[in-house]
Amino acid sequence: MAQLFAYITYKDGVADDSALELIEAAKKIDAGADVTAVVTGSGGDLDTVCNEMAASYKEVIKIDNEALAYPNAEVVRKALLNVLPADGIILITHDTFGMDLSPGLSIKMGSTFVADVVDFEGVDGSTLKIIRQEYGGQVTTHVNCDISAGAVINVRPGVFQPDESKGAAGGSVTDKSGDAGDLTTGRRFLEIVEAEVGDVDITKSEVLVSVGRGIEDEDNIEVAEELAEAMGADVSCSRPIVDQKWLEKSRQVGTSGQTVKPKVYMAMGISGSFQHMGGIKGAPFIVAVNKNPKAPIFQLADVGIVEDILDFMPELTEKIKGM
Amino acid sequence: MEILVCVKRVPDNEENEIEVSADGSDIDRSDIVYSVNEWDNYAVEEAIQLVDEHGGSVTVVTVGDDESDEILRREMAMGANNGLLLKDDAFNGSDGKGISTILKSAAEKGNYDLIMTGAQADDGAGQVGGMLAALLDYPYASLVNKVEVMDDKKLKVGREIEGGNQELNEIDLPCVLSIQTGINEPRYVGIRGIRKVASVDIPSMGASDLGLAGDAVGDGAAKVKKVDYFVPELGEGAEMLEGDTDEIIDKLIELLKAKGGLK
Amino acid sequence: MTTIIAPASYKLFGFFPTVIFSLLIPVIGIAVFTYIIAKRLGPLINAAPDNRFDNIPERIMNVFKIWLGQMRQPRYMTAGVLHIIIFLGFLILSVRSISLVVIGISEDFVVPGLGGFLGSVYNVVKDFAATAVFCACAGAAYRRGIVKPERYAVPKKYGHDHTAEAIFVLGLIMTLMVSESLFEAAVVAGGHEGFVTPLTLAWLLYLPLLMFPDSMLQFLHIAAFYVHDITFFFFLCFLPLGKHFHVITSLPNVFFMRVKKGNIKPVQHGVTDEQLDDLESFGVKKIEDFTWKHIIDFYSCADCGRCSDQCPANNAGRPLSPRFITIKARDLIFKNYPLKGGLLESKPLMEEIYEADEIWSCTTCGACEQECPVGIEYIDKIVDLRRGMVDEGEVPQSLQKPLKALEKRGNPWGKMEKKRAEWTKDAGCDVKVFDKGEEAENLYFVDSISSYDDRMQDIARATARILSTGGIDFCILGKGEKDSGNEVLRFGEEMLYQDLKSHNTDMILESGVKKIITADPHAYNALKNDYKGLPPVEHISQVITRCVRTGSLRLKNVEDDSLVYTYHDPCYLGRHNNLYEDPRQALDAIPGLKRVDMLKSRDRSFCCGGGGLMLFYEPEEDIRMGVLRVEMASEAGADVIVTACPFCLVNMEDAIKVAGMEGKMEAIDLVELIDRHLIK
Repeated sequence: MAQLFAYITYKDGVADDSALELIEAAKKIDAGADVTAVVTGSGGDLDTVCNEMAASYKEVIKIDNEALAYPNAEVVRKALLNVLPADGIILITHDTFGMDLSPGLSIKMGSTFVADVVDFEGVDGSTLKIIRQEYGGQVTTHVNCDISAGAVINVRPGVFQPDESKGAAGGSVTDKSGDAGDLTTGRRFLEIVEAEVGDVDITKSEVLVSVGRGIEDEDNIEVAEELAEAMGADVSCSRPIVDQKWLEKSRQVGTSGQTVKPKVYMAMGISGSFQHMGGIKGAPFIVAVNKNPKAPIFQLADVGIVEDILDFMPELTEKIKGM
Repeated sequence: MEILVCVKRVPDNEENEIEVSADGSDIDRSDIVYSVNEWDNYAVEEAIQLVDEHGGSVTVVTVGDDESDEILRREMAMGANNGLLLKDDAFNGSDGKGISTILKSAAEKGNYDLIMTGAQADDGAGQVGGMLAALLDYPYASLVNKVEVMDDKKLKVGREIEGGNQELNEIDLPCVLSIQTGINEPRYVGIRGIRKVASVDIPSMGASDLGLAGDAVGDGAAKVKKVDYFVPELGEGAEMLEGDTDEIIDKLIELLKAKGGLK
Repeated sequence: MTTIIAPASYKLFGFFPTVIFSLLIPVIGIAVFTYIIAKRLGPLINAAPDNRFDNIPERIMNVFKIWLGQMRQPRYMTAGVLHIIIFLGFLILSVRSISLVVIGISEDFVVPGLGGFLGSVYNVVKDFAATAVFCACAGAAYRRGIVKPERYAVPKKYGHDHTAEAIFVLGLIMTLMVSESLFEAAVVAGGHEGFVTPLTLAWLLYLPLLMFPDSMLQFLHIAAFYVHDITFFFFLCFLPLGKHFHVITSLPNVFFMRVKKGNIKPVQHGVTDEQLDDLESFGVKKIEDFTWKHIIDFYSCADCGRCSDQCPANNAGRPLSPRFITIKARDLIFKNYPLKGGLLESKPLMEEIYEADEIWSCTTCGACEQECPVGIEYIDKIVDLRRGMVDEGEVPQSLQKPLKALEKRGNPWGKMEKKRAEWTKDAGCDVKVFDKGEEAENLYFVDSISSYDDRMQDIARATARILSTGGIDFCILGKGEKDSGNEVLRFGEEMLYQDLKSHNTDMILESGVKKIITADPHAYNALKNDYKGLPPVEHISQVITRCVRTGSLRLKNVEDDSLVYTYHDPCYLGRHNNLYEDPRQALDAIPGLKRVDMLKSRDRSFCCGGGGLMLFYEPEEDIRMGVLRVEMASEAGADVIVTACPFCLVNMEDAIKVAGMEGKMEAIDLVELIDRHLIK
């Protein structure tokens, strides 16, 4: 069994939640394997994250270089290529960075690549058995991946639940900055343009608290906003709410509004008209709360709750906050 | 600017659920209609706009079969100048790397300053752009939502990253960009537009035309293989949570945690 | 007794014969007028062809009713009556004005036939006419200048206000009336033979003139004549410069106006559906792409604002005002075809004067065309502009998906063809499906929304039960049916419409049915007015009234007699197809049902927000049309809005929720209501 690596992403000196998920993913590949975390960057944040990772990973590779101060996938690729063994199995989170890095990395490594993996079913000889989804999650497939010459595996964030109890791996940090080599690339990072304040793109939201007419009054929008904040979600809505100008048009889900592809969709006081449901794609987990037990949304949702959202949402918010 | 855009013909799953075929070997294709991959459509529009502004030409290429002719024509009706169909039995069963290898050979036959792909297609892998770039040794950027020509040597590209933010990069030409939806508003192509290009000759190239060895691509070369399609065990319809509000909320929170609804 | 010398013989300062003026003024006036008109004909010559020489009897009838009879004027009572007075006055006085021009040259001229008694009658009539026109102009000036009815206002984005021009022209007309009367009054006061009709403008001027010395009367007589002469020719030349061109063009415009309802003009007149592929360009992209009739439309707009006042899009605050579709085009024509200098290059209309949102805002409800007193058309123009945009690929993203789905699946949601007949499962009656080998005398054409939308499937099921109970042998096409394409055509996607049309036509003819029945007015309209060579098409309301009459359908007493019902006329049933009575009779056939009409009903019905593809397009708006409509129903004292169109029902049900009137107002389709009251 080849060596397993997990590439760690972080922001402002704090590792992404997915950093620990990769350990669980690795265990599904080989329960006994030790995974090596790979952290790239520059300066104090890098050290902080390396130390943080050492609590969970037995071994941490640190690559420190000024060119890596911002995680430009092209630069990171060069560094990894020079530091990691070609036949290693490298786990990377399938996010906007992983999508940028991994396909090209696999080519340069001469290894195989599988994107957006949702589960593993172990290794059979040199074949890694993988489960992934197609058509926006509508169908699921078994995929066999030949790992004899190494592999780059992108793992869907959020599906492998990290074991919170551990955190005392007592790992060591190895500095391989010297091996990084020449890091000049044809693509140079310039700057980040922050999304405009208040201008949330709900089409990119993973969790949506979506309100419909059940919200009854403009003042109650706040109740939904509080719930969304507690959940780390964004607020979206159905058409009538936009008509009333209680929320911006950019927040409307539906055939006449935005098409959203969240993971979880909280339909709050939404009846579930086809125009509205037409804007929800990617088969999210739909929670419907509606005081009308006959609301069509209950036919379409995964979980239904017959309650008045104005009573239900504040209680849910309280509970989540108290967690 | 000479631009090559790689496109793919995919099942249209906009409204109808894709289902697994009876034997699990494929999706159920009995009632499926096909269209050009949505992301690719944005890439073609972007290419056309760049050429409109800076001159040059747009070539659309696909690895496919005779049916794929339809999407090439659709993109040509949009305004792409040339179409190129890469078709060979030897290509069947290619994995992502195989497809990228085929496209690489085609790209090398031309003299392209810029190669574009959609950010992802029906299988959601989003791998061809990055692989193609690496094979060509071109710089690459994924999830591109802005392209600006700086001079004839480089572009300024925006990448869509988490939180609705945009990462701006400078990238040397020639390069490969995979285009994210929303970068532009693709123009409408009606039946009339397609008929106008119905008789345009679209060249086709096979493995030997591209100088590809038979074992470099296709099923034999594929190291990533789809075994089957299946339906994971899932509850059906809305599971109604009952009981007092407290109990309901506890159950819901558990479910939300499992589904990634709590951060 | 002295003699007042007529202008033909008068010598200014004793030596200069004024007859020179009498000759020069008409010659110059007519020359200038001819020049201007020749210039105005330029755009017509460059315009697209049109076919307006068919249906001559109907066209002549329209001239009698709408032009001469001014039938549409009283729809706005005050302005309408004022206009009728001025219009009829003009007709009467035109004889007098022309004869005056000749009298300036030959003082004894009498219009042939107006010599004897008839002439005396005419003189009395024209004196009253002049007086009436004068008063009407004063009234109109008061309205425009002081009262300022809202519909005349020009929103900033559409340019400057037109009040000054209106008042100026009213002033010209009043000058004509006064000068003509004064000319007459002076000579009679001077002791000449003649007669001034008492209680007229001339008489009012005549009375004080009796005290004037002859020299003064002579002066007034001559001065009044030339003021009239100059004003007359100035006015004539002024007409083609602005909104008063309608004085000249309204007659041909009404003659050439739309005579058939519910249809859409072909992409290009003279080009058959089969030849469409050969056309270089589709639709209207620049001003010359409009047909010559549409150019006359632009010339004929009197800027009265009735179209926009009735336009539901305008009322809802969408960026569309039909009046300015015309005014902006007219101003552009005047700019590009100047009276002096060369032609300006014609630029794309969508860059120059129109906005995409404006053109997509129209629901093609037809309220504007129904209202226009001079027969200006809008729907064909909007459709032509959309054809142009579609041809250029400029289609809003929200419309691209349904259009693509219509192309691939035959319905705007892209649902599977095999699910088209799924609604029949719970119909509660037997529904034959043609593509399963079942045949019948009649075809029920369901169309997309009633086939696929969960809520609207109730309409399909109720229709099936009504037909079944009425003993009508019917089938549906099942997956062989595609969208009727009513909105596909009206949204400018001609070739897609052609495909849908030929597919459905083939299927219907193959089915061998003798008659088509539909409950969707959009399908009804398309099959009846857009398709060719099909068996007769009936709306379900027609079937219901007939079955009730023959006794094959029997209805029980109204379920809840405390409710008041109102019927909302769907545009594609009412205005476009004149079906106003059948649905009302069907409702009234339910014993005990209380029904009121809304203020805006029948041909003034107010669009619900639009059907078909309009469901997928949302222009900016202040309020939804449906909400306005629900409020109208509420004002009429109704508790239930009955529609006879699935799109109306979608919009009404939505609007009731938006307006927060759930529990107070209900919307239901006619077939659902009838179905509930069937005695089976």
